[in-house]
Amino acid sequence: METHSLSAVELAECIRKRSVSALEAVESVLKRIEQLDAQVRAFVTVDADGARAQARALDEKRARGEALGLLGGVPVAVKDNICTRGLPTTCSSKILQNFVPPFDATVVERLRAAGAVILGKTNLDEFAMGSSTENSGLFVTRNPWALDRAPGGSSGGSAAAVSARMASLALGSDTGGSIRQPASFCGIVGVKPTYGRVSRYGLVAFASSLDQIGPLARDVPDAALLLRVLCGHDPQDSTSADRAVPDFLRDLDGPIRGLRLGLPREFFGEGLSREVEDAVRQAIETLRSAGAETLEISLAHSEYAVATYYLVATAEASSNLARYDGVHYGYRSAEAGDLYRLYAATRREGFGAEVKRRIMLGTYALSSGYYDAYYLKASRVRTLIRRDFEKAFQEVDVVVCPTAPTPPFKLGEKVDNPLEMYLSDIYTISLNLAGLPGLSLPCGFSSEGLPLGMQMLGRAWDESTLLRVAQAYQRRTDFHRREPKVSLL
Amino acid sequence: MAKISRDDVLHVALLSRVELTEEELELFQSQLAGILAYVEKLKELSTEDAEPMTSVMGLHDVFREDEPRASLGREEALANAPDRDEDSFRVPAVVE
Repeated sequence: METHSLSAVELAECIRKRSVSALEAVESVLKRIEQLDAQVRAFVTVDADGARAQARALDEKRARGEALGLLGGVPVAVKDNICTRGLPTTCSSKILQNFVPPFDATVVERLRAAGAVILGKTNLDEFAMGSSTENSGLFVTRNPWALDRAPGGSSGGSAAAVSARMASLALGSDTGGSIRQPASFCGIVGVKPTYGRVSRYGLVAFASSLDQIGPLARDVPDAALLLRVLCGHDPQDSTSADRAVPDFLRDLDGPIRGLRLGLPREFFGEGLSREVEDAVRQAIETLRSAGAETLEISLAHSEYAVATYYLVATAEASSNLARYDGVHYGYRSAEAGDLYRLYAATRREGFGAEVKRRIMLGTYALSSGYYDAYYLKASRVRTLIRRDFEKAFQEVDVVVCPTAPTPPFKLGEKVDNPLEMYLSDIYTISLNLAGLPGLSLPCGFSSEGLPLGMQMLGRAWDESTLLRVAQAYQRRTDFHRREPKVSLL
Repeated sequence: MAKISRDDVLHVALLSRVELTEEELELFQSQLAGILAYVEKLKELSTEDAEPMTSVMGLHDVFREDEPRASLGREEALANAPDRDEDSFRVPAVVE
């Protein structure tokens, strides 16, 4: 039975009602992967046998009359920087190519407890550092909508897998836009939760004050369902918040009449492609016709966000990635003679160019004589960026803007210019610096048939309002229902 | 362009414990100079009244009870070791 075209909410319902088995659901996506993934290359690891075994166990459980959980039998792909017990977790890096975690990340435990089937692991920019998945140390992932285009990044594999219906849902991580921008490029929904909403235990650390795990899904109800499963306090992560988790799915269909949407003028200026701007403005009209009010606002320090981010994130990364030393796990250079050579040669051979560049930049920003001018200065500007949002959210309930300045760009177009690649995150990174929640959802297609995305940013802990506005939009449009026709190159 | 010399790059590479090829050294020198020139724009801003933001949810320590609990078994802990002997990680001699 072909179940890959069902949404996760529909599929879970079919399995609950016994019109579909968990095994049928897994076979359907495995067949899809077999047909398409040689072209798209979303997956680093497909755990076909493991997925079948999980599905059989769920079907047996169902036959005994036991409840399966919110995601009972739904196949989920996991970004390969999230630890899965017994299944390689590479971060798409040579340095972790053979790493098999002895434990599950908390989010993976939560998926299993909710009855999800872990299908496999998806490609990313090495250590989540990038905006196109071209920095993967393993291979390049292609956009299912046009195979010569980037799927976005760093969660490009997860976004491509969901977009091409090779998984019902996927986990991504978002440090500067790595869930939202690939969601936009692949025509799906991606949610970056409030910092602290979702446990980071078992997420391989990139920039710990910015990283957050979140869902990639075909539509808003699917994203709400997965978000509900992921959220919750975890004593294993000291930055995880002990707060009640709303029933995001139940709260989805409320009215949006009278809600105030803020349009930041800094996000509609120079550098924004005409096609993206037109699609987002059209979407705003749709929300106005649903009763929302709009007003122009200012996020005055937006133009400093990219610079701030690339100092804060690289500083944290340079510290976090010090652990890859060739001693306890991962790759070790055969050259190692003494201890210094063990570290330096292992890291030379194990890390790709972008990771080295960021470790170097972060080390520089933290080093003696430069700390005040770079890292400390950036940490102060971060406060200014957060204040902009605090001020904005006194006037409005949700901020609406583009996710990315352009439609999906061509593979190879930006790889030689790191700064230009960094600037493709211009609308997404402020949110991480402020620690707030946001989402991206499809809002149209370019003249070339490429997906375009709009972004909604919210108050801390208020994912419910974001999802409600997004759902109000999806009830009035059908962009999220279109599927890519993956064609041979 | 911000000034970053060849020696600066070598020094940072040493601190980072990343060896660079001659090619990477030249490439990173010019790319890091470009990125540093871009981030210079932060100097335009007055930040005197802005405390550095070092924690997203407000500074706080999180304590837990000091109770023993199960830890990773030795075999599991060593399973990913690039080099090991019976019960430890093997590294090059540190002290002569």
